[in-house]
Amino acid sequence: MEYSNLRRQIIFMKKNLFDQGYLDEQFNQLEELQDESSPNFVEEVAALFFKDSSRLLTNIEQAIDKYPQDFYRLDSLVQQLKGSGSSIGALRMKNECSVFKANCNDRNLEGCRRSLQKMKREHATLKQKLESYFQLLRQVGPRDYAVSSRK
Amino acid sequence: MAVAIEAPFHVLAVDDSLPDRKLIERLLKTSSFQGLAFVCVVTTVDSGSKALEFLGLHDHEDSPISAQSDQQEVAVNLIITDYCMPGMTGYDLLKKIKESSYLRDIPVVIMSSDNIPSRINRCLEEGADEFFLKPVRLSDMSKLKPHILKSRCKEHYQQEQHLQSNSESNNSSNPTSENSSSSTSSNSHKRKAVDEEILPHTIRPRHS
Repeated sequence: MEYSNLRRQIIFMKKNLFDQGYLDEQFNQLEELQDESSPNFVEEVAALFFKDSSRLLTNIEQAIDKYPQDFYRLDSLVQQLKGSGSSIGALRMKNECSVFKANCNDRNLEGCRRSLQKMKREHATLKQKLESYFQLLRQVGPRDYAVSSRK
Repeated sequence: MAVAIEAPFHVLAVDDSLPDRKLIERLLKTSSFQGLAFVCVVTTVDSGSKALEFLGLHDHEDSPISAQSDQQEVAVNLIITDYCMPGMTGYDLLKKIKESSYLRDIPVVIMSSDNIPSRINRCLEEGADEFFLKPVRLSDMSKLKPHILKSRCKEHYQQEQHLQSNSESNNSSNPTSENSSSSTSSNSHKRKAVDEEILPHTIRPRHS
């Protein structure tokens, strides 16, 4: 059956996202909050996160390129990114933020540049993976997904 | 006898992060304390200064725009705020609220992604009622229940007093003050009835 195939794909995709460390338990928390009264909640929060984090990444890049660098401000921006990342369960991004913060603390400019590049890659990857995931979910339909997520 | 109208429970959520505002709003509306007989209304703002504005307080004053607190246009029953915010931090906001004679009784909850004991203690000492570690989850919402119940009991008590003073002023030709001096024994009787009405609701958690 086409439908059960889709459901299997969804479960497999989600398992991969968790196994590979892209997402953590907080993402499950978001899915628990989704129901008939707010059927697209997870996708909506994710969209807000990507909008917010794109803005922060731009600001971080500007802060790094500006001379002299304000490591205090840089740390504050990364902290904001870490916070919203953890709220949606973006584990890899959250962990990279911790590394980034350590670089800020050490005033390690090269380290900060490396962290920023890594962060941008993680951001793009997560966005793409979640987009695929949500696309599959849309094909299955909200009601049916609610059933399968309780497994 | 007049029936007290159940006003919605109004929460003001303060957070500079857009996804976090959406999350806290959803958590508040979805949580199991919805088993209590009222609607939860959530207002979100993105800064401490906007929160103060909403509460009717200017940065440099401790009195509201309108002189009497019972003429406040918007009643807020609970404030939940992020700690780390640009400009006014959640701690600064907490201080301003507790310094204000008419806002200080509103329970305040602080949220932070950092687990720093000295920070937590500082907030609790300043009068915060709860401290939530981010990311906030559904299970955290049950910690708000005692504050909600306490706030509702107080409201019912004040409402009963108000209704009683209204009916008394209707019956007599002499003007009575807003907070009428009715006999204390009848008030405590009324309060007891109100407590019994609210507390026995069995709250079954929606999510385990």
